[in-house]
Order: sequence, then structure tokens, then C-alpha cells
Amino acid sequence: MAKRTVRNLPVHLLLIMGSVSMLLPFYWMVVTSLKTPLEALLFPPTWIPAKWQFSNYLEVFRQIPLWRYLGNTVLITLLSVAGILFTGIPAAYAFARLRFPGREVLFMLLLALMMIPLPVYLVPSYMILYRLGWIDTYAAMIVPWIVNIFSIFLLRQHIRQLPQDLFDAARIDGLSTLQTLLRIVIPLCRAPIATIIVFNVISSWNSFFWPLIVTNSDHIRPLQVGLAYFSREQSTNYTLLMAATTLSIIPLVILFFIAQKQIIQSQARAGLKE
Amino acid sequence: MPSRPVREAINAILLLLPALLILIAFRIIPILLSVRMSLYDWGMAGPRSFVGLGNYLEVLKDPMFYKSLLNTGWYIIFEVPVTIFFSLFIALLLNQRIRGLSVYRTIYYLPVVTSIVAVSVVWKWLLHPERGVFNYFLSLADITGIRWLQDPRGIFQLILGSHGNNLPYALRGPSIALISLVLMGIWKALGYNIVLFLAGLQNIPKTYYEAARIDGASRFKTFWKITWPLLSPTTYYVLIMSSIAAFETFAQVWIMTGPPPGGPLGTTKVVMYYFYENAFELWRLGYGAAIAFIAFLIILCLTILQRLVLEKKVHYG
Repeated sequence: MAKRTVRNLPVHLLLIMGSVSMLLPFYWMVVTSLKTPLEALLFPPTWIPAKWQFSNYLEVFRQIPLWRYLGNTVLITLLSVAGILFTGIPAAYAFARLRFPGREVLFMLLLALMMIPLPVYLVPSYMILYRLGWIDTYAAMIVPWIVNIFSIFLLRQHIRQLPQDLFDAARIDGLSTLQTLLRIVIPLCRAPIATIIVFNVISSWNSFFWPLIVTNSDHIRPLQVGLAYFSREQSTNYTLLMAATTLSIIPLVILFFIAQKQIIQSQARAGLKE
Repeated sequence: MPSRPVREAINAILLLLPALLILIAFRIIPILLSVRMSLYDWGMAGPRSFVGLGNYLEVLKDPMFYKSLLNTGWYIIFEVPVTIFFSLFIALLLNQRIRGLSVYRTIYYLPVVTSIVAVSVVWKWLLHPERGVFNYFLSLADITGIRWLQDPRGIFQLILGSHGNNLPYALRGPSIALISLVLMGIWKALGYNIVLFLAGLQNIPKTYYEAARIDGASRFKTFWKITWPLLSPTTYYVLIMSSIAAFETFAQVWIMTGPPPGGPLGTTKVVMYYFYENAFELWRLGYGAAIAFIAFLIILCLTILQRLVLEKKVHYG
């Protein structure tokens, strides 16, 4: 074992160099967030704060409604992901196991829809939300996003691979379609459902373009949009900006460390399936 | 009591209904409406007039549209191949039963889960011309005065020195400011592609490598004769996905460049930003819809072209 490590020494050296460049921006963000404004502007810069200024973090909460942004993001993320499961699981089951005329055509249409980029439907979506009086509401950030076609696709592939015997047995036992879905399909889809939850939490948490466009007032903005506006308003206040940014990524970084194996493996699988 | 196939079809429709209703309301109707809007001079208020293909013609006559296409083009040409090169290189390093694989993988993946907004805010600070940590490192090597996000000069223009100023605009290359965005894009995308390449590499049967070893093939030859061709489906997938992601570059420009965003001198104004600016800052909705369709058509053609050119070279085992 030790021998192999020695032989791999150059490989490790390269990988460590790469890792340092990956981590440096994060390190610099945290270090700057703990400096005094004066020390942050020193050149050459200091690697460890001379005076640890934890009060930057308190100052961020005084300047922007960060709890509010966070709450908005949590609300939007939870409801969107719940919606994606609510619409996605039944739809995937229907596509995978039920026979109805036009099934394949409809599925192909869905896949084609997935390929159409955001700008093509963004402008008229804005008009529709405007007519509905939804601009600057949570509904505008949630309702259009409670269907995720890729999630339906992923689940359908999984449900198709379940053994037919299960479904035959369910029919013989007199289970209705809904009962089959709740008692057989969902318990056997834990892994793809977890993948879907993790992916959609990340993308919903990080989404920027859509909420930027459909919100106007500060109190409704999610974290990403709030942070982006803060960075424009305080473009030279680096210590506060870095403190706010650090706070904004902590929840997802924690999620990532808890579920990293799952996230990375499911990404690899999702990539290979297409 | 209806027959079983009829009941099954009714059940299927009921199960599909929630998803279909949302898709019809927020995808299909908007896409159709978008066609109509693109044919009108459509603002947020005031009268709307039918202009036929007028918006499309106006987009195609706007020099800023071509400039934004050029910027996006440079971004893709510089970001995608470099990302593929480094991510494949790192994936190859990680693929030799190395200790601490999961630690490395986690580190390289961290920027992928971090939001583009957070990353942009941090990188703008790293790239600060006077106080940034990048220029500090470069100053150690006696390289000073790079103004990163504020420098509109093209890189080919700079390489050629005083002759560079005679280059036509399109040949001056991406500005230093755009290259700054490219560097950040590479850093952020690396982990995603490493994971895809690692999965691809692990799918190559070990027996090929054993055979190559018995034949005494060099590492280099093994890579070109076995790894590269058998990895081509993954490489192809990574290429397509990275190009699409690069085309959608937006938040970086909004947060890091300017004021006004897209600067300096419009050299970071990519297609997505050009679209956003017209539709949601100037509120020319019809014109914005026309830009979206033209951009979509270009992506579609490029994807088909990539497919035609590369598909033959992709080795599906």
C-alpha cells in the first residue's frame, strides 16, 4: 500500500495543486469576510486576518433582510420540489406502465419540449404571469416550475425496469391504479426519487434568471437575487459582500457534504442514461 | 362498466393531468404565443402593431446582435475545449485506484453545487485589478497591471502588439474581460465533467487494458487506441452539454461586468444578456421574442452540425 502511494506521488502532487486552485476562491471568500474593511484592501494581502472581525456577519443582517431571502428560497424550493414529485410520479407511472393511445407520441413531445431553451418561452410566460397578476408573487416562482420533464424521464426509465410480475400480482389482488402507485411503485422508487429531490433542490435553490425577472420588490426576492442586487449596491464593500456570500452558500454546502455520494453518483448515472 | 383498456386509458389521463396542465399553461401556450409576439411591435403598454417579420429583420440588421453572437462564440470556443481537456486529464489521474479519490472528487465538485451568483461575486473580488488575489500572485512573477474585467482589448490584438490595432474587430479575439469569465467558467464546470468522464472511464472493460499491457503498448498508445475511442460517447455528451451551458451564460455578466453590464465596450455582452436587455430592460417584448427564436435556431443548427460531423467518429460499443 505504501509502495503504491509513493509511486503515485507525482499524481497526488498534480491533484493537490488542482485541489488548491479549486478551494482558493472559497478560502479567500471566508478570509475576506473576517477582515476589517481596511485590512481587506491591503496589498500584498494577508492570508489570515490580523483582527478577526466577526461583526461583519451581524452587519450583513443589518443591511439586507437575509433571513427573509433565506425564508423565501426555502419556501420556493420546498414547494417546487413537492410539486415536481406530485406531478412527476403519476405521470412517469402512466408513461411506463399504462396503455393508452398516443403514449409514445406524447412522451416524445415532452422530450422535445425539454430541449427548448428558456428564452423562447420566457417573454410570453412573463406576459401570462402579468395577466394573472402573479408578477412579484411566490406563485410566479413556483407554479411554472412544478413540472420537471427530466425527472419524469428518469422515473419512467426506472419504473419500466421493475418486474412485470409485481404489477400482475397487484391486479390479481384487486389493487386499483392509485393503490398500485402508492403501495408498489413509490416504495420501489426510493433511489430515483431521492435523486430527483436532490437535483431539484440544488437547481431551485440556485436559480437566478427567472426569479430576477418575475420579482420587483425586495421582500419577495430569493437569496440569489437578493445577493446579486446587494453585490451591485455594495460593489466595493468586500468584507460584507464576502460575508453575505458565505452565508448564502452554507446551506447547500452542508447538503452537499451530507449527500455528496448520492449527488455525484446520480449525476454520473443521469449523464450516462441520455 | 367500461372495458379494461378504456378504464386504463382514463386512469392514465388522470395521472398525467397535473403535469400536462402545467406544461400546457407554462410551456406550450407560451411557445405558441411567442411566435405571435415576435411578429408584433409589442411593448408592456401602448398600442401593438403587426410588423410581420420586421423584428427578425431588425435583429439581423443590429450590429450589437452580431457582436453578442461573436462574444458567445469566443466564450464557447475558449471555455469548452479547455474544460474538456483539464477534466479528462484529472479524471484519468483519478481513475488509477488512487487513495483519497472521494476527497479529491468532493473538492473538485464543490464549485458545481455552489450557485453561479455566489461564485460570480467571489470571482469579481479575486479579479480586482488593484486588490485582487490573482494580481497578487502574478505580481510575484513580476506581471502587473492586468485589469481583468475592465480590459476590452482582444487577446489576439494584444499578442500582435502594435500590429494588433489594425486587426478587424472580429479577429481581435475575446477581450481580457471575456477571458476572465471563461476562466471562472472552467473552474466552475470542471467537477461536473470530471464526474461524467470518471463514469465513462469506469465503463471501459478492464480486459482491453490487460490485452494492451500484454502487447507491451505504451501508456500514450493505450490512451489513443483504447481510452479515447471507447470514451467518445461520454466526450460527445460532455461537448454538447458544455456548449449548451456556455450558450446560456448570463448571471456572470449581470453581476461581474460593467457598469453598464456587458462592458467594457460591450465585449462581454453575450447573446443571453443581449436578449435580456432588449426584452426586460428596454421592454421590447416582441423584439426579444424574435431574438430568442433566432438564437434557438442557431443552437439547433449547431447541435445538428455537431451531430453530423462528430456522430460518425463516436464509437458506441
